[in-house]
Amino acid sequence: MTDTALQARIGRKWRKPPFVKNAALRWSLFIVAAIYLVLAVGSLEVNWERVSEGLIRGWRFIAAFLNPDFTTRGEDIRDGLIESGIITIASTVVGILISVPIGLGAARNIAPLPVYLVCRGIIALSRALNEIIVAILLVAIFGFGPLAGFITLSFATIGFLSKLLAEDIEDMSRVQAEAVRATGASWLQWINYGVQPQVLPRLIGLSMYRLDINFRESAVLGLVGAGGIGATLNTAFDRYEFDTAAAILLIIILTVMALEYASGIIRARVQ
Amino acid sequence: MPISDVSGRKVWQLRSRNEQLARWAMWLVGVAIFMWCWQRISEATTWVFVWDAPRIAADMGARAWPPRWSYMSELWVPLWDTLNIATLGTLLAIIAAVPVAFLAARNTTPSALFVRPVALFIIVSSRSINSLIWALLLVSIIGPGVLSGLLAIALRSIGFCAKLLYEAIEEIDPKQVEAVTATGASRWQVMAYGIVPQILPAFAGVTVFRWDINLRESTVLGLVGAGGIGLQLKSSLDVLAWPQVALILIIILLAVLLSEWVSARVRGAII
Repeated sequence: MTDTALQARIGRKWRKPPFVKNAALRWSLFIVAAIYLVLAVGSLEVNWERVSEGLIRGWRFIAAFLNPDFTTRGEDIRDGLIESGIITIASTVVGILISVPIGLGAARNIAPLPVYLVCRGIIALSRALNEIIVAILLVAIFGFGPLAGFITLSFATIGFLSKLLAEDIEDMSRVQAEAVRATGASWLQWINYGVQPQVLPRLIGLSMYRLDINFRESAVLGLVGAGGIGATLNTAFDRYEFDTAAAILLIIILTVMALEYASGIIRARVQ
Repeated sequence: MPISDVSGRKVWQLRSRNEQLARWAMWLVGVAIFMWCWQRISEATTWVFVWDAPRIAADMGARAWPPRWSYMSELWVPLWDTLNIATLGTLLAIIAAVPVAFLAARNTTPSALFVRPVALFIIVSSRSINSLIWALLLVSIIGPGVLSGLLAIALRSIGFCAKLLYEAIEEIDPKQVEAVTATGASRWQVMAYGIVPQILPAFAGVTVFRWDINLRESTVLGLVGAGGIGLQLKSSLDVLAWPQVALILIIILLAVLLSEWVSARVRGAII
């Protein structure tokens, strides 16, 4: 701050600088947001009668949560869970295996332009297609069963992991990579000793996170017939067996919690 | 530093023998688990269908092309609904997530023993249940429609936003907070002037990021009856109107790409 600017400020009350500096832009943003909100809320069609009627059912569901029924459909729940677990593990492993080369190719600082464009294209495609839509199409093609779910999640994992891996590689310190290169390392050695140590901790962390996501996603794939606990859950909802549904949801929540805890420990150890 | 002796010459090694053995054992177990999972998936798959898949895919593609462009006139309203579900859902989620995040962050929680676990449980349960399952639940409780979708998106996003926010709060620079405290600021003033400015970029980034995800998810909520363009997708799929399905998929893809572009621009401007 120059001396005169400082002089002008002395004696005046400090005010928080605004989030958007340009006043005209700030106000027009506000106004656009307000108009949108009015229009959006106005176009909501809500059947309040139906909602208030539903609240009773909502209470029944919450009551079911306090008294979940694990045993009546115990067999189905167990089979569904095992299948979900299998899909999760297999798709995460395959997803990681495929996303590492694609992630390398999608990092602008180590890949030539044509490779970069192809890899970014694959990532964009994988991220743009919703898992459920992919699952619907794959079920139509491959038939019902865990294979469709497995391919869906592997494909989704690629978009997630490669993108974050590529961004991580682009952010890496060039100094280390260059030092390794200066020793006369081959391309593979360069990646192995110059790049990999910089990104590996984060890659492991992200893989654990993706394992967690894949488990959660595998729980919905069953809704469209792609295997896993979702099918059991859907059946429970269709039969209005809220206590069984609550049991399944609780199991999902607890598994995710356990996975998150485990991934926290692993991430703390590798970082 | 582990060094091996190769015919009288000392060669540098990354790991000692025991570390190397432990690593091999880990890999062995990992590969065995993966192979077992793959075997289970393979057993549950009708491979005849899979070998037939290319033909079926080609057949589906031939039926779906060209998309039925005239159907577009019926898609504008569902698209608007989809946008509203995503935006209003994100808004609701953010409003609910901020207090949860402050309660969950170690450095701002009023009680690490009692309040923090509750906040963490809210975060985990919201995050571990996919929005499609929330939608399924809400549709069976308050009936089909945009409101169910909106609430499903909001419920699903609370955990995500709160988690990223509380991590941002935990990572703030304590010096600024201390400096503001040292001026004699009250608890709320410390929050407003010491903590909030530090997390504001993260907050805006998380909001836009989640909005982007929510737009993707709201495109499929209609599959379970929760409004938006997914309803049209489901009805088209149910009558095997593949040209309509193709058009809807193209529209969804465009919407997702657009939202990604918007979110990238906004995040670029903020951070």
